[in-house]
Amino acid sequence: MLKSLLVIMMSSVLVNNYVFSRYMGFDRMFDTSKKAKKVGSFGLLVTVVMVLAALVTWPLNAFVMEPLGLNFLQTVCFVFIIAGISFLAEIVIKKCFPALYTELGNVWPLILCNSAVLGVTLSNISAGYGFGESVFSSLGCGLGFLLAMWMFGGVKDRLEIAVPPKYFKGIPILLISAFIVSLAFYGFGGIIETIFA
Amino acid sequence: MNKTAIFLKGIIKENPVLVLVLGACPTLAVTTNVLAALYMGIAVLAVLVCSNLCISALKNLIGDNLKFVANILIITGFVSLVQMLMGAFLPKASDMLGIYFTLIAVNGVLLCEAGDFARNNKVVDSVLSALGTGIGFTCALFVIALVREIFGNGTFAGIEIPFLADYKISLLNATPGGFLVLGLVMALLSAINKKPVEEICFENQKEGEVNA
Repeated sequence: MLKSLLVIMMSSVLVNNYVFSRYMGFDRMFDTSKKAKKVGSFGLLVTVVMVLAALVTWPLNAFVMEPLGLNFLQTVCFVFIIAGISFLAEIVIKKCFPALYTELGNVWPLILCNSAVLGVTLSNISAGYGFGESVFSSLGCGLGFLLAMWMFGGVKDRLEIAVPPKYFKGIPILLISAFIVSLAFYGFGGIIETIFA
Repeated sequence: MNKTAIFLKGIIKENPVLVLVLGACPTLAVTTNVLAALYMGIAVLAVLVCSNLCISALKNLIGDNLKFVANILIITGFVSLVQMLMGAFLPKASDMLGIYFTLIAVNGVLLCEAGDFARNNKVVDSVLSALGTGIGFTCALFVIALVREIFGNGTFAGIEIPFLADYKISLLNATPGGFLVLGLVMALLSAINKKPVEEICFENQKEGEVNA
């Protein structure tokens, strides 16, 4: 039981990393990974929102939407739940951690527009995961996002002082670097089966 | 701005994928196959036009404090609608796109376009702008998918190409290849414009401020 939960979590951190294997949440790489500390707090916030979203959406889907045949409302409901949770998260940060709030600013639209959050809740349902599995897969997805942002933040710092070819300046060179980082994640394929065999 | 300029801006100057870099996730995920890219482009075009029409028509009824929520509701509603229609009439397309079409709902392409333009302009103008953006999105997806499918898989829309099928570079069709091809296409576009991407973005921003 615990082993299968660990397998799910580790594989969504490394093998199925949402950013570098499934492209989800990649849009956010361009604007938020400026400072290492900020990257860390934003990544943790996204992880918390993902886990909370899984805690809410799984029971809602299993106990309300499935029995009543409301599957067609899945997308609308999930988007609004994520919007609500990220809005609440922002209020909590504003009240309890004012220093963090000034650092991150207005984050809830950023979390909502992060397609990994909606992506993980929807794929939990379509993969047929149980409650525990969903929570662990969301946790793994969040940690994978944090890892990816942190790694790519380091790459971005180096790129700032590098001199790329003229027409590659800005986003094209970032994408080429993302290609190389993604190749590294590509290499993780099969590692989980080997570790937990 | 006249009507032609509004229509054209989404295709070239403010291409959602290649210049504004919105929606990188669905762009990269569905471009392993030309057909999937076209289906995605057309579906997004439909959602964009419908939601822009709605948001622009309702802009006087919805207050400023509720606009973000209303926009999300309209967009996700149309995404679900198009998804259901696709599931009923084009099950193949629905399988190909999978979860990535749903993710369009929270994507910048729609939120930006709908949020800024449709609320401040007439219905006809915002539909034209949505058409332009949608066509720009489809074209960008098609170009990227063309490179990835022909060189990565040796096929075009599922039909094998004689010589290339033997010497395919499968990395281009795998996950990392998406980043590489998008980066190269963007660099090519900026070489054609003779300007780095950053400057194009910057100019657009300045122009937006002047217009506002």
